[in-house]
Amino acid sequence: MKYSSQRIAYLFFATSMLLLSLQIIYGFVMAFAHMGYDVLHPAIAFNTARATHTNLLVVWLLSGFMGAAYYIIPEESERELWSPRLAVVQWAALVVVGVTAIIGFHFNWWEGRKFLEIPRPLDYLVVVDVLAFLLNIVMTAWKAPRLSTTSIVLIGGLTSAALLYLPGMITFANQVRDSYFRWWVVHLWVEGVWELIMGSILSYLLIKLTGVDREVIEKWLYIIVGLTFLSGILGTGHHYYWIGTPKYWLAVGGVFSALEPLAFLGMAIYSVAMMRKGGRRHPNKVALAWTVGCGIMSFVGAGFLGFAHTIPGVNKWTHGTLVTAMHGHLAFWGAYAMIVLAVIAYAMPQLTGRTLYKGWMPEWAFWTSNIGMIAMTGAFAVAGVAQVYLERKSGLDFLAVQKELEVHFLGLVLAATLFTVGITLYIIIFIRHGLPQLSAVGAGDARADATDEASN
Amino acid sequence: MLAKSQAKWFFLGGTTLFSAAFLALTVDSLGQVAGRSHEAELSESAIRGKMIWDHNNCMGCHTLLGEGAYYAPELTRVVERRGKEWMRLFLHDPEAMFPGQRRMINYHFTDAQIDDVIAFFDWIGKIDTNGFPPRPDITAAAAGPGAAPPSAMLAAAPATFKTVCIACHTVGGQGGRVGPALDDVASRYTPEKLDSWLADPASVKPGTAMPKLGLSPAVRSELTQWLLHSKVSP
Repeated sequence: MKYSSQRIAYLFFATSMLLLSLQIIYGFVMAFAHMGYDVLHPAIAFNTARATHTNLLVVWLLSGFMGAAYYIIPEESERELWSPRLAVVQWAALVVVGVTAIIGFHFNWWEGRKFLEIPRPLDYLVVVDVLAFLLNIVMTAWKAPRLSTTSIVLIGGLTSAALLYLPGMITFANQVRDSYFRWWVVHLWVEGVWELIMGSILSYLLIKLTGVDREVIEKWLYIIVGLTFLSGILGTGHHYYWIGTPKYWLAVGGVFSALEPLAFLGMAIYSVAMMRKGGRRHPNKVALAWTVGCGIMSFVGAGFLGFAHTIPGVNKWTHGTLVTAMHGHLAFWGAYAMIVLAVIAYAMPQLTGRTLYKGWMPEWAFWTSNIGMIAMTGAFAVAGVAQVYLERKSGLDFLAVQKELEVHFLGLVLAATLFTVGITLYIIIFIRHGLPQLSAVGAGDARADATDEASN
Repeated sequence: MLAKSQAKWFFLGGTTLFSAAFLALTVDSLGQVAGRSHEAELSESAIRGKMIWDHNNCMGCHTLLGEGAYYAPELTRVVERRGKEWMRLFLHDPEAMFPGQRRMINYHFTDAQIDDVIAFFDWIGKIDTNGFPPRPDITAAAAGPGAAPPSAMLAAAPATFKTVCIACHTVGGQGGRVGPALDDVASRYTPEKLDSWLADPASVKPGTAMPKLGLSPAVRSELTQWLLHSKVSP
C-alpha cells in the first residue's frame, strides 16, 4: 500500500466477508426447504430467505467494489483519498441501511420486486450513500496528477451503476412496465456496467501481478468493455421475450445475447494471455489464481451458461425454472464474487504487511470453493433440466415434480458444504491478516519485487 | 495492431450506437405494451391485487411471467388452470388445501383482498406473452393410445366438483392424487353422513387432511346428490 487512506478499504472488505457468510447460511435454509425440511418456515419463510440471500449478495459485492475503489483509486491517482472521514461515514451508512433492510425482510417489509426488494424509504438512503461514495472517488481522481484508463473505466462503471439504480425506483401499476424497467437495473447492472467495474479491477490486478505494460493491458480493457456494451445493452432483450413486450425482442435479444459471451471470452483470454506474457513473478500467486480464475469462470458461468439459457427456443422451456438458478450461481460467482475475492487476496497482504498467501490454506480455499461452486451448478443443472422435462414438457403437477427433485437438493447441499469449506478457509486467512498497519504504508509492491529478484 | 485510442473509440462509438438503438426500441415497446397487456382493462381491483402481490413479496417463492423464485408454482395462467373458486378457497387457508406438503404463508386475506388478487391474476392471464408458458408437448406421446379421453361422466359433474374437488380426488381415474378416489363413495356414505363430512371434515374424523371448504348447504346438497346418485361408474 502506498497511501494511508487506502486502509479504508479494509472496512468494506471485512463487511463483505461477514455478509458472504450470512448469504451462505440463508442459501442452506433454502436448499433444505427444497429438500422438504422447511422447519424454519414460521420464522424464515422461503421468500424471506430468498430475498435475504440475493440482497446479501448484492450488498457484499457492492461493498467489495467500494472497498476495491477506495484501494485502487488513490494508488492510480497517486494521492491520498479526498476525504477518509467521509469514506468512514459512508461505510457506516451502508452497513446501517443493509442491516435495516435485511431485518425488515424478516418482518414482511420489502418491495417484492426480485433483486430490488429493499423498501423504498431505504432506496433514498442508498442513493445518498452512493452519491457520497462517488463524490469521494471522483474528487480524488479530479485532483490527481494523473488519470489512468483503469480509473476512468472504474469510475464510469460505478457512476453508471448509481444512475441505473434510479429506473428501479419508479412505480408502475402495469406489471409489464414494472418488469421492463426493473431489468434496466438488474440486467444493465450485471451484464453491463458491473462488467466495467469487474474489467477495471481485473486490469488493475493484472498490471500489479503480471507486470505487463499498462498501455497494453488498458488497450484491451477498452476492447472488452466495448464488447460488453455492444452485446449487453440490446442483450437486455432476453428478459423481454415473455413479459408482454413485442415479439421482435425474441430476435434482438436472441442475437445480442449470443454475442454476450464474447466480452467474457475476452476477459478469459485477456487474463490468461497477460499471465503468460508477464515477466514479473509476483509472490502473491494465489491472488493471481483468483484474478485469472475470475476471467475464466466468468466466461463459463456468465458467458457460456448464459448463452445456453437465452436462446429463445430453449428459454421458452427453461424460463422461470431452476435452470435460471444454475446459470445465476456460476455467473455471479465467476464474474463478481471472484473479482472481489481476488482484490481482497491481493490487497490484504499490502494493507497489513503480512504475507499469508503462502502454504496450503490459500490454495485450498481457492480450489475447494471453486470445485464446490461448480458441483453446485451441476446439481442445479440436473434439477433444472429434470424440472423442465417433467413439469414444462410433460405437464406433471408442480408439487409432484418438486418431490422428484428433492434428491438433487441433497446433492446441492453436499456441494455447498464443500464450497463452504473453501470460503471458511478464505475467511480464516482474512482474519489472520489482522488490521491494516500504518507501517505497511509505502511498502507497496516493492517488497514483492525484491523477493522476486532475490529468487532469480 | 490496434492503437489504444482506436480501442477507446470502438468502446465509445459502440456504446453510443447500441444505447441509441435500445432507447428507440424501448419507445416502440412501451407504445405496444398498452395494447398487448390490455392496459385499458387494468381495473382498480387488479391494481390493488398487484400491490398485495408486491407487498408480500410473492415473487420470493412464485414466478409470474416466469420471473421470481422457483419454490412455488408459476402463476401467469393460474386462473385458467385452477379457476377462481378454487383460488378463493386456497387463499383463505393455503395449507389446508395441500396438507403435509410444501407450505405457503397464510396471509389471512379478507374476501375483498382475495377478489383483488384474483382480479390481478385474471388481468395477467390475458397478456400477450408470445406463448409463455408453453403447453406441454410430449404428454400425448407419453400417454400413448390407452390414455383416457375426457370422461362424459366428469363433464356432467357440478361446477364445484370440476374446479375444487378434482384438484385432490379422482373419479374414473381423472383428478388429483392427494385424497382418495371417489368412485365407490356411494357404498361408503349415506347422504346425511356425506353432508356433515363436507360441512366439517374434522368433526367427523379429527386430524383429517381434508380441508373445511366452507361450502354452502346448496352446494353440499348438489355434490352429495351427484356423488351418491347421478355419478355412474364407467
